[in-house]
Amino acid sequence: MSQSPVTDGRLLFLNPKDNVCTAIAPIPAGTTLQISGNTVVIKQNIPLGFKIAGCDLITHESVIKYGVSIGSATREIELGELVHLHNMKSDYLPTYTLEKEDSHASRR
Amino acid sequence: MHRDGELRGYLRHDGRKGIRNYLAVCYLVECAHHVARAMVACFPERGVHLIGFGGCYPNAYAARMLTSLCTHPNVGAVLLVSLGCESFDRANLEKAIRQSGRPVETLVIQQVGGTRKTIEEGRAWIESTLSAMAAAPTAAMDVNELVIGTVCGGSDSTSGITANPAIGRAFDLLTAQKATAIFEETGELIGCEHIMAQRAATGALADELVAVVVKAARYYAVLEHGSFALGNAEGGLTTQEEKSMGAYSKSGSSKISGILKPGDVPPTCGLYLLDIVPDGPVRFGFPNINDNAEIAELIACGSHVILFSTGRGSVVGSAISPVIKICANPQTFRRMADDMDINAGRILEGKGTLDEVGREIYDSLIATAQGKQTASEALGHQEFVLTYK
Repeated sequence: MSQSPVTDGRLLFLNPKDNVCTAIAPIPAGTTLQISGNTVVIKQNIPLGFKIAGCDLITHESVIKYGVSIGSATREIELGELVHLHNMKSDYLPTYTLEKEDSHASRR
Repeated sequence: MHRDGELRGYLRHDGRKGIRNYLAVCYLVECAHHVARAMVACFPERGVHLIGFGGCYPNAYAARMLTSLCTHPNVGAVLLVSLGCESFDRANLEKAIRQSGRPVETLVIQQVGGTRKTIEEGRAWIESTLSAMAAAPTAAMDVNELVIGTVCGGSDSTSGITANPAIGRAFDLLTAQKATAIFEETGELIGCEHIMAQRAATGALADELVAVVVKAARYYAVLEHGSFALGNAEGGLTTQEEKSMGAYSKSGSSKISGILKPGDVPPTCGLYLLDIVPDGPVRFGFPNINDNAEIAELIACGSHVILFSTGRGSVVGSAISPVIKICANPQTFRRMADDMDINAGRILEGKGTLDEVGREIYDSLIATAQGKQTASEALGHQEFVLTYK
């Protein structure tokens, strides 16, 4: 199961492939906790439902939650760091434009 | 605890089996609604359910939905209530129900002679038909004969991390046993269509999965229904993909076998996406005006039970098929415990894992299939809505 015994109970990995976990309780700055066996000091307040890096991430690396990419890192992210708008972005490109839509309709 | 093999179902002529044996009273225009409701009110807690369509103008979608619902395996007999001058094709509906082997009667208020006489005739028919239905044949039923739908409503920031992925775990348990599972709301999958397409059973299906989400995105854009909002980011969601994945996680991780339209019976076992958005130009407004409109479509596809995830706290049930409510938020659960079946929010309090809650959902649905009442059933919830599409 994704929740290894060496990850703090306030963090939830939704899938074994994930490189971010979700705070399921507010975590104050300065808290020391275990993430996948590593001891980490959390540097900022983490509200409920926000994401924390489960390992070090390099720039452009996919952020994996639910076992899939939900976007990519816009800079290096350290294990235990908050992952949000300031250090990751969506990779979603809407595939619909009016031009494309016409070609889509004719294709199928 | 019951073993999986100990299900029994009501055997219908088409070979499908029901987990309930309800009599449906179906009005065919709003003008017949009161008369139909008055009949149903005479039979509290006796498995008489009210469904219907309020429109007077014909609509192929509504006709198809009512045909599917009136021949649903949980339905044992149907009373149609017509005013008389509406344009719904009641003869065709009655014929389809009769051909399905179910007792059926049509009462036309204008012919019977008004409200009182029609209620009295309907009441007598229901009374005698309920007696006959009590002798409906039952047969051993396997888990692989179950069709289970899922929907989320009244979502909050906890839905995507507790109840929804826990339902996904239950869906994986179901599909592993060759049951049929249906997820829906393509408008809430915008942003994860390419991720979803990777799970398609075939390359052609992968293209179709993307296409139905693109269609939904366009449809909702015309209706000016936004998707990713600032409030989402304030709740910890960072991207469109992430937000959609929260809803999508109800589907679990098994491969996707196909796409259904409302009223389609799944051709074989496996996991299906219900495409709720009509083809063609935007007509009649929002595809589904509320959670019960979605639930009715999942049931029209043959769903025996609905798994309903809620964070803020919904109280609804449904006509025809039981609704199991899985509460994502532990505070909501404490406040509205009577309305909930499963406390998935306990994951947030360290009192359970997704796998444990997924198993609990699975066990609850087996118990429901064995006849145990869900919270909404016990409270008498039988919501139903059907609009133009």
